[in-house]
Amino acid sequence: MSTTTRVFEGGEQGFATTRLDAFIGWAQKYSLFMYPFVTACCGMEFFSMTSPRYDLSRFGAEVPRFSPRQADLLWVVGTISQRQAPVLKRVYEQMLDPKWVMAFGTCASCGGFYDNYTTLAGIDKIIPCDIYIPGCPPRPEAVFDGLMLLQDKIARGDRTPGIVKPREDPAAGLVQLHNKVKAPA
Amino acid sequence: MSQKVLDILKSTFGSAILETKSEHGDETAVVATSEWRKIAKFLRDDSRTDMQMMVDLCGVDFPHREPRFEVVMHLSSLNLGHRLRLKTRVGDSDGDGAEVDSVVPIWPGANWFERETFDLMGISFLGHPDLRRILMYPEFVGHPLRKDYPADKTQPLIALREGFEKLPPFDRHEGMSFGRQVFRSGKAD
Repeated sequence: MSTTTRVFEGGEQGFATTRLDAFIGWAQKYSLFMYPFVTACCGMEFFSMTSPRYDLSRFGAEVPRFSPRQADLLWVVGTISQRQAPVLKRVYEQMLDPKWVMAFGTCASCGGFYDNYTTLAGIDKIIPCDIYIPGCPPRPEAVFDGLMLLQDKIARGDRTPGIVKPREDPAAGLVQLHNKVKAPA
Repeated sequence: MSQKVLDILKSTFGSAILETKSEHGDETAVVATSEWRKIAKFLRDDSRTDMQMMVDLCGVDFPHREPRFEVVMHLSSLNLGHRLRLKTRVGDSDGDGAEVDSVVPIWPGANWFERETFDLMGISFLGHPDLRRILMYPEFVGHPLRKDYPADKTQPLIALREGFEKLPPFDRHEGMSFGRQVFRSGKAD
């Protein structure tokens, strides 16, 4: 989908034309009202991300609404236990369309290393999820990558899930070392 | 360090003290289940032992032993500065009959510890004021920290979604770091 925005200059006022859905997408992506569902240690990174040092408000997504009925974007931050799963599902169901879901951190994305009787192996087992941000916890930069990815998807009207790719493979150095030891030159 | 406490216990309760052990300054006494509360009360009230503080209480499962479970309690005296680990053994190989007297009347702080031990290990505490699950939900069946509980068994409260694919790198190696995937598949380059 190509954008069809054209800017006319030269006059005193100036104006632009665009398509309606592109305009709505543009408006939506910069007015995300968030509902933080913060359950675990990823919350620390979440606070850091919203505080002035990293400053989530630069992206037009900083306003928290502590009622799901007023929120667009559900941040699931941390481990979700089986016991919490019905609560999370209910929160999601109370949100009005259009709504988006971010899985913040490895636990929310897939359960992480909590492969046991108590933990839900990823929130997508109960609710559809738009963006996965791996990391334990993810750096604020990774979260912003995820947020910008989501904004890009909103602008394009794309509802397929996305994942934040690591900027570098954290184990790449380890693999090189492993090969070196295994087969010395 | 608190060998003295073990000696006092042995001279007071005699055959109810099944075993004692002293290792790296940690003293352990294994006692008869029937005397559990009596010994606990003695340890708190006697001026030579003076255990005001119940530090921890938990259960351990030894599936090949009979009795199968150990209830372990850690006691500490703030005034005299010594500690003691008190154990008792309960339950048959099926996990039945795992019952021991509650120590809540002696240390009220034991309340939630005993509930946790009941919840996760299935050991009943007789005389506990409110013995119900504390961590798992009421609908949960079984006791997850018993060794015969399947490690990968979950009991979801709501129906799980179906018919969607996990995005890479989240697939069957869910939760593993990238490095472990590479080593496991042998695709290191």
